[in-house]
This record gives sequence, C-alpha cells and structure tokens, in this order.
Amino acid sequence: MASLTLYPDDERLAGGERAAFNLYLISALALFVLMMLVGLTMRMAQAKWLSVPPNLFYELLSMHGAGMVGTMALATTAVMWFFLRKYVRLHLWAFVANYVLFMLGAVCIILSIFVGGYGALWTFLYPLPVRGMGLWTSDTAALFMLGYLLIGVGSLLFYLDGAAGIIKVHGNLGRALGLPWLFGGKIDPAHPKAVVAGTMVIIANSLGILAGAVVLVMSLINIFYPTVLLNALVAKNLIYWFGHMYINATIYMGVIAVYELLPRYSGKPYPVSRPFLWSWAVSTLFVIIVFPHHLLMDFAQPRWLAIIGQVVSWGAGFPVFVVTAYGALSNINRSGMRWTMPSRLMVLSVFGWAAGIVPAIMDGTIRINLVMHNTQWVPGHFHFYLLLGVLAMVLALMFHEIGSRAHAPPNSGADKLGFPIYLVGGLIFVFAFLDAGHLSVPRRMAEHLDAWTPTDRLGSIGAILVVLAMLYFAVRITVGLLRAPRLGASGVRAQDAAG
Amino acid sequence: MIFQNVVWTLVLVGMGLVAVGFIYVVAQAGKPADEVATRKSTHTAHVLQAWLFAVLLVGFVAGSWATLHRFPIPPQHAELGAPQVVEVVGRQWSWQITPDTVQAGSTVEFRVTSADVNHGFAIYAPDGRIVAQTQAMPGFTNKLLYAFRQPGTYTVQCLEYCGLAHAPMRTTIQVVAPGGK
Ligand code: HEM
Ligand SMILES: [Cu+2]
Repeated sequence: MASLTLYPDDERLAGGERAAFNLYLISALALFVLMMLVGLTMRMAQAKWLSVPPNLFYELLSMHGAGMVGTMALATTAVMWFFLRKYVRLHLWAFVANYVLFMLGAVCIILSIFVGGYGALWTFLYPLPVRGMGLWTSDTAALFMLGYLLIGVGSLLFYLDGAAGIIKVHGNLGRALGLPWLFGGKIDPAHPKAVVAGTMVIIANSLGILAGAVVLVMSLINIFYPTVLLNALVAKNLIYWFGHMYINATIYMGVIAVYELLPRYSGKPYPVSRPFLWSWAVSTLFVIIVFPHHLLMDFAQPRWLAIIGQVVSWGAGFPVFVVTAYGALSNINRSGMRWTMPSRLMVLSVFGWAAGIVPAIMDGTIRINLVMHNTQWVPGHFHFYLLLGVLAMVLALMFHEIGSRAHAPPNSGADKLGFPIYLVGGLIFVFAFLDAGHLSVPRRMAEHLDAWTPTDRLGSIGAILVVLAMLYFAVRITVGLLRAPRLGASGVRAQDAAG
Repeated sequence: MIFQNVVWTLVLVGMGLVAVGFIYVVAQAGKPADEVATRKSTHTAHVLQAWLFAVLLVGFVAGSWATLHRFPIPPQHAELGAPQVVEVVGRQWSWQITPDTVQAGSTVEFRVTSADVNHGFAIYAPDGRIVAQTQAMPGFTNKLLYAFRQPGTYTVQCLEYCGLAHAPMRTTIQVVAPGGK
C-alpha cells in the first residue's frame, strides 16, 4: 500500500522546488498573521476598545479583505502544486512566476491603500472606486485594480501550466474530472483526487478570473474615460462572479491536502468512487453558476437568476455533506488514528467547511436574505469555513511537511495547547459574528451603536485567542521549514503513525 | 415571533447535527476495528450515506417549494397597486424619503434608487431588527413591498458600504396608526 506511506519519496522537495515552496508557505504565514492583526484591530474598534478613525478603518477593511483572500489563494495554490506535481508535469517557472506576480500585485494594492488612501474594499464595487469623495483618487483606484490584474495573470499562468500538464497525461479536462465514469465503467482506483480537484479549480477559477479581468478592464476604461459609463448591475454581476469563484477556489485547492493526507494518517485507503466524481462534476457546475446569491437584494435582477442563486446554493450542500464530510468521517471512523497536528487540523477543516456552510446556505435563501443580507451573519459564515476550514487545511499540510523533515508528525506539548486555543478562539470569534447577524448588526461598519458592542467584545476575545495560536503556529512552522531537508529513504509508514 | 430567531434556531440545529456527527466519529476514531467489523461498518456506512442523501433531497425539494412558490420579491415591471407609495433616493451620505410618514396596516411600495454609488435600503423596526431591505442602485429602481404592523419610529440604515460616512447614513420613517396622520 504505497499510497499510505506517510512521507512518500515522490513528494520530496529538491533544491529549487523546496526553496519555492518554503517561500510560498513562509510568506503566507507572515501575511496571515499580519492580516489577522488588522482584523483584530477592526474588531476591537467595533467593540470600542480601540479608537480607529473611519477612513483608516475602511483602509484596514480593504487591506484585510484583499489581503486575506489573496493570501489564501497563494497558500492553497502551494497546496495544489505540492500534490498535483506528483501526477502531471508542472513547470517550476510557472509556480515561481505566480509568486512574483502576486507580490508585485500586493505591492500595488498596499501602496494604493496606505499611500493613496484607497477604501473601496476588496470588492471594488462600481462606481465607488471612482467616487472616493476626496479620500482617494481615481488613479489610486486604478493602481489597486492593476494589482488585481497582476495577481490574476499569475494565477492564470499557473492554471495554464497545470491544464497543459493534465491534458498531456489524461487527454482532456473532462477525462481528468472523471466524467466518462459518471454513468458506468470501471473507475481506475488510482485516478488521483488531486487531478480531479485541480481540474475543477482550473476550469472554474480561470472563468472567474476572466470575468474579473473583464470588469477590471471596464472599470479602468471608466477611470480613464469617465464619459464611458458602466451598467452598475452588470458590473456587480461580474464582480461577484469573479469574487465568489476566486475565494471558493481556495477551498477546492485546500481540500486536496485532506484527500491526499487523511488516508495516510488514518491508515485506511480513500480511493475515488462514483459519488466522489459526481460531487466534483456538479461542484464544478455549481461554483460557476451560484454567484447570483450575492445579488438577491438586487430586485432589478431577472427573477430566474435569483432562483438559480437560491436553488444552487442549497444544492451545493450535497457534495459537501454527502460526499466530502461523510467520506472523511467514514475514512477515520474506527481507524485507530492517532491524533497529531496534521490529523487534528484536517478533521477540524472538514468540520469547519461542513458546519460553516449551514448558515451560508440559509443566507442563500431569498426570504432569509431579506433580513440577513449585509449583516455580520455574512462574515460569520465565511470566517467559519475560511478560518476553521481552509486555513486549517493549509496548516495541516504545513505541519505535515515539517513532520516530514523531522521524521515524525508534529505533536509537541505546545502544539497540543495551541490547537484547542485556535479551535475555541475561532468558534467564539465566528459565533459572535453569527449572533450579531441574528441581532441585525450590519457588516462593514467603522462605528457601531452601543447596543451592538456585546457581540463585538466577545468576538474580539475570540480573535485574540486565534491570533495568539496563529502566531505560535507561524513561528513553529517557519522554524520547521527552515530545517535541513530530510535525507535518505522515507522511513515512516502509515502504520507507525497510526500506531 | 421574530423571524431571525427562527433562522437562528434552524442554523444552530443544523450545525449541531454536523457537530454531533463529527464528535461521534472522533470519539470512535482511536479504536481500531478488526476485519469483520470493518467490512460490516463499510456496508453500514454506504446505507447511511444513501439515507443522508435521501433525507437531504426531501428537505431540498420541500424547502425550495416552501420558500419559492410564492416568490418573495415583487414583480418589478408590473403596476403593484399598493395603497401607499414612497420614493427613496440614497446618495453619499444621506437618504431622501418622500413621504417619510406612512400608515400601519396597509402595504407600502418603496421605490428605491441611488444618485451615485450602491447603497442598501434597510428598514429597522423599533426593537432594532431588520424587517426588510433592498439595494439602492444607480440607474435602477428597486420596488420593495412592506406592510408595517406596528406604529412607531422605524430606522432606515444604509446596508451597502458606500464610503466614509456609510455607518452614520441613517434616518427615520414614522409609522402611524391606520387612518392617522
Ligand atoms: C483572527 C482572525 C481574523 C479576524 C480577527 C478577522 C476580522 C475581520 C473583521 C472585523 C472583518 C470585518 C467585519 C465586518 O464587516 O464588520 C473581517 C472581514 C473579512 N475577513 Fe476577516 N478576520 C480574521 C480572519 C480571516 C481569515 C482567515 C480570512 C480568510 C481568508 C478572512 C477574510 C475576510 C474577508 C474576505 C472579509 C470581508 C471584507 C469585506 O467586507 O470587504 N478573515 N474580518
Ligand atoms: Cu452605505
């Protein structure tokens, strides 16, 4: 059962690959910590424990939104690359080019926010970027958008390289997704889940990025030729098409770590199955067409789009509950798994994803959206599956990798303390947001009414715990990554880890 | 009964069920099963998975029907014929609402638009809960129907980020008893 080797040889990182991978992970960790501190600052400002002037608050909110989404994309791209490269040929230059373009884009974004005063948030909703009312100029907004374009080009390069590699091995993207096996035929049990998930991300997110590029270019034209006006509803559709896909792609890239690693820690095989292929086929479609749930309160939108938004949001629950969460749980059930950092984080991540989409699905219901839209219910549900879901997936791979360099899964006393702090802090933090949404507290507000501060304060306390745990994880992983790479044959097998 | 409390309860139950599933399995994960038990539990797992799918499917169909068969958003291109009409314009950073006094007990049609960027027109009841909302968008007029049940002072709060003074972009609507002025 070669696939159950904990640290297989074909995953070992050589010279340049190791440097690039370390660069991705260490940059992502540093950015996560910084962006969390930005988030904590905002939460404590809402709690009235800190005084932050509104212009700075919205700069911080723009930074946190763009920064967190971007960093999550950066980190999960590293996850996808780490596993996909075992099955198809990926070029290191594409992986590195994505990093370089990301960092160039990040510089544009940071300059536009903290030098130019940009405060139109990560969603750059037209026409706000060109109506800063004296706080920022149109040129500043253009710089922010240029940053996005650079990051988007980097992602596209990486996806194109991935698509070329996948097509060379599997013939076409449909075969890579396993579409020919949906209705019958003998499924190749060795067909890699990383290829299925990677293909889905390449298809969906390339479309999303193209939609983003279209609306970015339209917005730039409007900035430089202000007489060319855009249709605000069309712009909004394109922005949310892009935004939804881009952030959701991080889940689908991150979950590759769970598919690949979970069976090694549980000691039970976790092969592809027909339900699995179905779930990825429908998820590919769903993630592309679900974005109208962001526009349910735009009554001018054609009715059928709103219906798609609701029905597809609900439908998107099936793959997650019935296949991914259920599959992960049956994989570990009575497996004799021993709890170490990677296994803990993986189980947490699937829980975070599955539990977090419950309030998300609720909010995708038109009737409910009428009272929950743009309340803190929204940061409540997306922080749930991003913080407790996707970030936990990323951390699981990071801990796994430092384990591979130390020849044993990490499980120190400090780890055992850090994990529950992250978990409990995270739960307090997200439930404070959800409760605030239940109490009609609006999202994205610099100044909160006194009646709203109890949930703000509770949320701040949870956030402090998360930041502390994350700070520890970041240092621990960085030190682990910088250690000498492991030598020789892979000694540790699943059985040793599973005990 | 406050609608938000119903939603909150549903969500807590849903998340609780997910949590119970995870806690159950996590508690079992450390106890390895022998070969026979593994084969048996694999079979049980498949049966349970089919049941989970079936239950969710029923919920999906019933829930979609229940929430959509009477479409919650009024038709935007038809005459709505509501007894009261209120024109709403949002701009950075104020609301213009005419008239700003309406009567409880009969439907009000809000015609909501924006003079500049996107805003969110949300009505808060005196108890601080949102009762209805729609977007205020430049170039479009969104029609929202709402019948106030209780007289009182309702707050209109901007609910779509629109720049520096987005948070304080609020005003009030007076709702008076039927027939009153
Ligand atoms: C300690 C951890 C974190 C804290 C304290 C934090 C705090 C916050 C706060 C206070 C907001 C604004 C809420 C509001 O609208 O009123 C926010 C928004 C947001 N956060 Fe976080 N956050 C954290 C982690 C994350 C993570 C891990 C991600 C994921 C990738 C993330 C992504 C976002 C996004 C996308 C927004 C929306 C920005 C917008 O509304 O434009 N956050 N966060
Ligand atoms: Cu506003």
